[in-house]
Amino acid sequence: MKPILLKGGRLVDPASGHDAVADVLVRDGIVAEAGAGLDATGAEVVDCDRLVVSPGFADLHVHLREPGREDAETIETGSMAAALGGYTAVCPMPNTDPPADNAGVVEMVAARGREIGLVELFPVGAVTVARAGEQLAELGAMARSAAAVDTFSDDGNPIREARLLRRALEYARAFDAVIADHCEDHSLTEGAQMHEGELSGLLGLRGWPAAAEDMVVARDLMLAELTGGRLHLCHLSTAGAVELVRAAKARGVRVTAEAAPHHFTLTDAALASYDPVFKVNPPLRGKADVEAVRQGLADGTIDAIATDHAPHTREDKEVELAAAPPGMLGLQTALGLAITELVEPGWLTLPQAIERLTAGPARCRRLPGHGGPVTAGAPANLTVFDPAATWTVRGAELASRSRNTPFEGRELHGRVVHTILRGRPTVRDGQLVEAGS
Amino acid sequence: MNKHLLSAGDLTAGDIRLVLDTAGHLAKLTDRAIKKVPTLRGRTVCNLFFEDSTRTRISFELAAKRLSADVINFTAKGSSVSKGESLKDTAITLEAMGVDAIVIRHPASGAPVRLANWVKAHVVNAGDGTHEHPTQALLDLYTMRQHFPSFDGLRVAIVGDVLHSRVARSNVLALKTMGAEVTLVAPPTLLPTSVDQWGVGVSYDLDAVLPKTDVVMMLRIQLERQSAGFFPSVREYARLYGLDARRLDAMPDSSIVMHPGPMNRGVEIAAEVADSIERSVIASQVSNGIHVRMGLLYLLLGGPAVTEPGRLPEEVPA
Repeated sequence: MKPILLKGGRLVDPASGHDAVADVLVRDGIVAEAGAGLDATGAEVVDCDRLVVSPGFADLHVHLREPGREDAETIETGSMAAALGGYTAVCPMPNTDPPADNAGVVEMVAARGREIGLVELFPVGAVTVARAGEQLAELGAMARSAAAVDTFSDDGNPIREARLLRRALEYARAFDAVIADHCEDHSLTEGAQMHEGELSGLLGLRGWPAAAEDMVVARDLMLAELTGGRLHLCHLSTAGAVELVRAAKARGVRVTAEAAPHHFTLTDAALASYDPVFKVNPPLRGKADVEAVRQGLADGTIDAIATDHAPHTREDKEVELAAAPPGMLGLQTALGLAITELVEPGWLTLPQAIERLTAGPARCRRLPGHGGPVTAGAPANLTVFDPAATWTVRGAELASRSRNTPFEGRELHGRVVHTILRGRPTVRDGQLVEAGS
Repeated sequence: MNKHLLSAGDLTAGDIRLVLDTAGHLAKLTDRAIKKVPTLRGRTVCNLFFEDSTRTRISFELAAKRLSADVINFTAKGSSVSKGESLKDTAITLEAMGVDAIVIRHPASGAPVRLANWVKAHVVNAGDGTHEHPTQALLDLYTMRQHFPSFDGLRVAIVGDVLHSRVARSNVLALKTMGAEVTLVAPPTLLPTSVDQWGVGVSYDLDAVLPKTDVVMMLRIQLERQSAGFFPSVREYARLYGLDARRLDAMPDSSIVMHPGPMNRGVEIAAEVADSIERSVIASQVSNGIHVRMGLLYLLLGGPAVTEPGRLPEEVPA
């Protein structure tokens, strides 16, 4: 393949602290050279004037629905959405059917990802057998498999029993693996359709109180402290949870955390429509929570923006709110939301926002070759985007097999132009490049 | 008036007065041997009930029939929640059959809002989950107006399981719009969070509220709330929040007792109170329900304002 010279872009590489105009030469799948005024005879020159060049984005939390719900998303369509969203690495969650609680499923998912070749998949394995919260799954088998799993989560099911989470955190240390928890006390959220607050009372919908998240976050942090295990907290959505993590980090607990774009963008007010496209778990919260999540992202309490991309078919979502599954699309809107909702209002600088999409996630778990730094010899996983480009979200135009974006019709700033995976463009000028072409 | 009646909160004071006035005129018109008027001849009203409620369904059915509308009853208990036909498909089917109005009762809060997105017909919320029951509020206001000259400053106490009550939500909204003073009385477990932001009074002490109450509305308590831990026992609930003769005596002589039905006699309301000829208006709530629903259907399906009794147009142009 012909070398590619990304010419004249603003190279923002949080892992190295670089933020200046620089050229990047990509050859044989790696970054051959990065610096000002490169000249490479024989290379294809890609004009990056006014564009930002960064490490490829990494998403710690996606649902690609394969195996089991290929009517909602497949690894192929999910990979397309990821590449178009600027991602070079995504972490599919284990709530598939069959669940990813054994080496066979995680290997299949990773291999299918390689075959499609649009984004690298780092599957998350289940902590317990069938994600049932009773018996530890064979974490070692998954860790030692070809998928080399280093992160385990029961995904939508929190690990209810403190004893079991303790054992998981301890046992995972043998593989320097991370336990990622979805923090929800089910006894407080049974039948919940939205955030518990003034609006849930008015709408007659059972609420999911912030305390149901906060108390599990607090418990998890204490167990991480007790065991010395590596804890990752999924999709923080409350002011209380952000504060707990901030305090835990200050006293040296080994914890990392992520937040989803919808939790720094939307509030429970959206539920007044009863439209299930806004139903998600944890739910859209109040304004103060949204601001706390933004602040947590700004000061680094929250390490990563993770989309919790959760495709659902039209028939599953075009129902009464109570009958609909929770979840929303996220891969193709994350960058635009980060720029429009975090950078432009001044919560984060552009390099900080890029950090939360690249080096931040790479800090939470092993994502070899992703997250930067963009230096000579590193795998060429790169994203080039136009931070000023304006576009309007249209569910029908997204690559995902499903259409359940809560941002339909919203105007966003910031659009991916090129995505490069190990030296090969997966997206050129905003269009997918099919593998092999 | 809006096209649909989904929430009592969508009604202005003018809308509410118009419905109540129209109901009053229609009541007089049908207060005779032949109770039918030809006003909605050729129009079709569908009662779409995903939840058992014979009382509400019959009330809507009688209301539509007295206006000469054709009525179809579509009972689909379970709905898409139990993997039957989806609400959307049902909506499309009814639309294809050319119904003019859909009266929907559904166990999921917000189902009428969803339905209204999918059909051209008028949608009337006949009770959705723990959200609202706006026609119940209208008939309650109609009943109150029969006993009190004005809503302004009228002291209404709503007692019981406010948290799960669609009747309470709709009444609070409509009564606030009309200027009444509403107090919710319940144990804290049966009040929604942030109820303090509803702009109503809140009390845990029924005895303290009753002497200052013109209208007391007792809500039905679901006995299974006990096992869910909302209160320790039905006996204790009845003792603290039930309306018995002793408590009725503590109320002003002019006060009235309401209940949306069906009642748990001996729990939230004692039989002697429910049957009190001077004070209980529970039976007239039922008959008023028909008139109010007639008024509502008439107005939604395009009837001009009725200014005088007996002067309805023969038929509302389609």
